[in-house]
Amino acid sequence: MPDIDTTVANTGPLLSVSGVAKSFTMHLRGGIRLPVVANVAFELQPGECVVLGGPSGVGKSSILRMVYGNYSVDSGQILIRQRGDGEMANLATGEPRLVLALRRDSIGYVSQFLRAVPRVSAVDVVAEPLVARGVERDVAAKRAGEMLERLNLPSALFELPPATFSGGEKQRVNIARGFITDHPLLLLDEPTASLDATNRDVLVEMIREKLGLGTAILGIFHDMPVREAVATRVIDVSAFSARDAA
Amino acid sequence: MSSEPILSVRNLERRYGSFIACTDVSFDVWPGEVVAIVGESGSGKTTLLNCISGRMERSSGEVRYHMRDGRFPDLEELSEAERRFLARTDWGFVHQNPADGLRMRVSAGANVGERLMAIGQRHYGDIRQTASDWLERVEIASARIDDKPVAFSGGMRQRLQIARNLVTHPRLIFMDEPTGGLDVSVQARVLDLLRMLVADLGLSVVIVTHDLAVARLLSQRMIVMKSGHIVEQGLTDRVLDDPRHPYTQLLVASIPES
Repeated sequence: MPDIDTTVANTGPLLSVSGVAKSFTMHLRGGIRLPVVANVAFELQPGECVVLGGPSGVGKSSILRMVYGNYSVDSGQILIRQRGDGEMANLATGEPRLVLALRRDSIGYVSQFLRAVPRVSAVDVVAEPLVARGVERDVAAKRAGEMLERLNLPSALFELPPATFSGGEKQRVNIARGFITDHPLLLLDEPTASLDATNRDVLVEMIREKLGLGTAILGIFHDMPVREAVATRVIDVSAFSARDAA
Repeated sequence: MSSEPILSVRNLERRYGSFIACTDVSFDVWPGEVVAIVGESGSGKTTLLNCISGRMERSSGEVRYHMRDGRFPDLEELSEAERRFLARTDWGFVHQNPADGLRMRVSAGANVGERLMAIGQRHYGDIRQTASDWLERVEIASARIDDKPVAFSGGMRQRLQIARNLVTHPRLIFMDEPTGGLDVSVQARVLDLLRMLVADLGLSVVIVTHDLAVARLLSQRMIVMKSGHIVEQGLTDRVLDDPRHPYTQLLVASIPES
């Protein structure tokens, strides 16, 4: 990545979460309140790969989604270092425009499932985050092709929409899309769930390269060998669980 | 991030006698942003769209638009001529029924070219060439340029209406259920076309729809209306994945999982 921005490295945390609480109120179920997490607090330094651990249903994905602005928070703050000016912005209380700008420039996200847009080719799905940042379409598409090649996606699939791809193929499109930019913060939600051993190794290599460039990664990995290969620290989310208190 | 909204709505209200169609509506639209207004029939979303696009008088409140020359006036401060000029050049309006936005008895080429003549283009060859380019862009064969829209299918008519709106390079487009009257397969093609054009041209869009899948596909931000009030607004994926208001939860729970 020639255009990596090194100015954000070595200037303190890239992500600082404190006092975050989340619950769901189910209005269609008589207004019952489902607490998920409370007092969530942690920080991510450049070059760290922090793994969210703990049993299923403890709130790992919810934390990831809050950091991406996909779930709202009840209280607390989520400070994210902005790629341009290096200032910390509070995504938890930010306007939609702030969240969109942070997603464009500062936070990447690889979700478990690809929400495929009809009629858009795999290569364009992957190139889109670069195009959104003003990179020429051809240049972005070329880079997207290289990412997909590295993840061993058959080139015959590049120009096809991923809607009909297998689970593993979709996941690789998703990974390529998340890794194509140089976002200082990368969120990974079980990125290896549908990958074979070869591609799992490619992903581990890609994660290590990112860390080497100073990217901070926050992830959920149920795959133990991958977790051991990349994690610099594990946070046990059970400590933040609000389920028992309910 | 640009620092000025292109459209700014404050405390908008529209009454019909004692009936309140919409009230207490405030939001901004930023350049390049697609905002979806969702809600069921009768929620006031179409009234709202008509008021903010100057097609209907409001009862109270402000609607300000950022003009190309830098002014930021309330639409009511503009002269009738200025408003008409805006509607013909800087704005577009895509109706649910293409017949409301097209002239059905003149050719496809003339439907597109008419907007160009409205902004002062006079050279017949240039106008015809531009119209032909735009037909291709909305996937209508340029060989159909002399056919009238009455001879077109519903999907083609809708694509022609889109071309007619975009030919003057507007900055802000209002859309009222643009895919509402189309078959599902045709809908996907129109949606896809809209999505690409909006991204390529950097358009700002306010789109009214009752279809949450359309909102998910096209918009970054969503406004949920019920009984004339905004009950929830925010990032589209946030509103759909973590709906807070009882009515939004009901809407989201009503769509089958895909």
